[in-house]
Amino acid sequence: MGAVSLGKKRGKASEKHPPGKKQKRDSFPAKSSRKEGIVSNLDGQNAKKKQKKVSSSSKRSKKDDILSDSDVSDGETEEQEDVGPDSGSDMSSDGDDPFKDHFLQGSDEEEKGSDLDSDSDVSDIEEKSRAIDKEKAREEEDAEAELQLNIKEEADEFRLPTEEELEEEARQPPDLPSLQRRIKEIVRVLSNFKSLRQEGETRKDYIEQLKLDLGTYYGYNDFLIEVLVEMFPVVELMELIEAFEKPRPICLRTNTLKTRRRDLAGILLNRGVNLDPLSKWSKVGLVVYDSQVPIGATPEYMAGYYMLQSASSFLPVMALAPQEKERVVDMAAAPGGKTTYIAALMKNSGIIYANEMKEPRLKSLTANLNRMGVTNAIVCNYDGRELPKVLGRNTADRVLLDAPCSGTGVISKDESVKTSKDLTDIRNSSNLQKELLLAAIDMVDANSKSGGYIVYSTCSIMIHENEAVIDYALKKRNVKLVPCGLDFGRPGFVRFRGQYRFHPSLEKTRRFYPHVHNMDGFFVAKLKKMSNSMAAPTVTETSEVVEQTSEPTASDDEGDVPQHLGKEHTVKKNVSLKNNVPKDEKENNRKPTRKRKDRKRFNREEVMKSREEKRETLREAYRAQKAGRKKGESVE
Amino acid sequence: MRPLDEKETTQVFEKLFKFTGNNLKNIVESPSHEGPDSNPGRYCFRLNKNRVYYVSESLVKRATNIKRDNLVSLGTLIGKFTKNGSFHLTIQCLNLLAANAKHKVWLKPTSEMSVLYGNNVLKGGLGRITENINMGDGVVVFSMSDVPLAFGVAARSTQDCRKMEPNAIVVIIQADIGAYLRMEDEL
Repeated sequence: MGAVSLGKKRGKASEKHPPGKKQKRDSFPAKSSRKEGIVSNLDGQNAKKKQKKVSSSSKRSKKDDILSDSDVSDGETEEQEDVGPDSGSDMSSDGDDPFKDHFLQGSDEEEKGSDLDSDSDVSDIEEKSRAIDKEKAREEEDAEAELQLNIKEEADEFRLPTEEELEEEARQPPDLPSLQRRIKEIVRVLSNFKSLRQEGETRKDYIEQLKLDLGTYYGYNDFLIEVLVEMFPVVELMELIEAFEKPRPICLRTNTLKTRRRDLAGILLNRGVNLDPLSKWSKVGLVVYDSQVPIGATPEYMAGYYMLQSASSFLPVMALAPQEKERVVDMAAAPGGKTTYIAALMKNSGIIYANEMKEPRLKSLTANLNRMGVTNAIVCNYDGRELPKVLGRNTADRVLLDAPCSGTGVISKDESVKTSKDLTDIRNSSNLQKELLLAAIDMVDANSKSGGYIVYSTCSIMIHENEAVIDYALKKRNVKLVPCGLDFGRPGFVRFRGQYRFHPSLEKTRRFYPHVHNMDGFFVAKLKKMSNSMAAPTVTETSEVVEQTSEPTASDDEGDVPQHLGKEHTVKKNVSLKNNVPKDEKENNRKPTRKRKDRKRFNREEVMKSREEKRETLREAYRAQKAGRKKGESVE
Repeated sequence: MRPLDEKETTQVFEKLFKFTGNNLKNIVESPSHEGPDSNPGRYCFRLNKNRVYYVSESLVKRATNIKRDNLVSLGTLIGKFTKNGSFHLTIQCLNLLAANAKHKVWLKPTSEMSVLYGNNVLKGGLGRITENINMGDGVVVFSMSDVPLAFGVAARSTQDCRKMEPNAIVVIIQADIGAYLRMEDEL
């Protein structure tokens, strides 16, 4: 059988063998009847042989059945027995190129048949031609059936390796080409699962094998591969993993404080750098294809004309859109690419607080700030969670939080992430990110004239670190998501595999992938702070509203009120809670029934009417509360 | 962070005067556009951990609630005081000096890289030079496209420069922008 598999690959070549061997096959014609009987016996075939035979049989007009006969393994053994005396040397060649001989044998039969026809009478010819037509038709049907079966059997040919085979593989060093082939086969099977699957193998088995193979071939640990397999369909997963293997193009950002993109591009082109504008969404970005001089060591770089920065790092600052004369806080600023971009957008007006927790990274931050000519920055070295205490709550206009993360989106830059990240790592960074985001929200002034925005971004593709963090913030503080202004990303997940259901506004967040946008994996979300009080939002649209609002006091009291807040804050909160409670009750009463109504019949007018009624009651409640608050204050 | 005292202020201003001459008043009195207030304040000098910063007043006000240990940088760093108490200008004030420099030197493209590696300016690399430079004056070094590259002390006066052989040193470089790559840690 091994010889046969070789034969498959050389099947085509076998057809071109010299015709000299034809003569030796003359002994075969007598076998035709026997072989006809064997036509229907398609079981236990070597699929590759069959495939070769079938493809060639479809070409031949006459005597196709004989060819198919010769497909039979029995036929092959017969041949071998007969050929024995004729050509011992041909035995091996027969074993190597069984197809060649069968084809040639078939052509011999053709010649013989044509001789017969010419000898017999006309009526005989007619009969014979009818018979031949019938046989041809039957043969075509059989050929079709065989083709179908062949395809299935070829897939069958790809079986999932048994446990013994796996053990054997585990003992030897990994065989990369065969792994790659197996990965490709599994992807093919999974993409057309119904028709290509093997009996007795579930989808899960294929996916398990794929995970193992991907992990071995590309060097990922189990956890990461599991997460990626869950997040992406198989074909996209392959694209993503391939994209992670290659580096993204080098980008640089023009420092608009010192020069313009056009001028800089001219200067660099003169130095021998091959570059292009980055994309239409950026006016300051340039992408470098190749360069004769080291791009990070030109006099222009040292004079601060540009900054080497990945394209994805432009996005959070573009989403933040800082205006002149604003107070901006960058909570995790090192090495300073985003901070300098913010300063350039603000034209060195206003004030930027650049904070960085890790001391070794402070040097590069200050060096970059000085190099790029940023004069409105104050650099401090705090843990981001302490910043609201230091800089003051409700004082900043905008805050950028480029949170420390697991780095699963920048695997192309740092391969160690493939093996070093675990569920505990993700959970830890997720907790840290949640705390940092709450601190960021606390720093922003909701009543700021021009701002009140927080931008949260990570270079990770994990849901734990992205959507889950934003959802947590939406529940804990009075913020809402607004569009980022970046149209070309993918919207964030609102629900995921039945495990997570997030607030529907999470589709305003943006995800970026290397295989889609040709930049590092990234996540950006823009929040607007609605009020300076620490209460959780009251009117939410998830189905969890009912549970949430029924206990606003409990959750708010536990989580949100830090001990050291002054009396005013507690008064404000109580007031807002009072505001919330009557509203919520009405919401509670309305929401479930409203939903049922909507499902039964979607009547626009009714919906609008009920909304108007709701607004009226809310207004009345608010007025009542205003009066009530004055009484409340006098009481306290 | 504290303001400079008398002695320190004189030291700083002396060093700056070498480079800027009478333009020093530009540095001290120019209105600043930093800070979120609409009225432009002034710039002032502050000292933190032996480093002198040139920073707008509005920034100073808002940096007072950051502890001394945690405050790393304000505005622009212009120089450091050594352990013995002398003041040296650092490369980060190059932009400030270049805007107000009295004596300038332009380099030929061929010797740009040499200066960026930390070497001194030789006569053969000189493109242009301003008149009336005396020995010991502060000089700012530019490339031919007016990109400031370094600053230093003139070794010869302009007249002497003309007579020198091509390998003689014209400007002794004190700080150059190549330091951002070569000595990032020491900045």
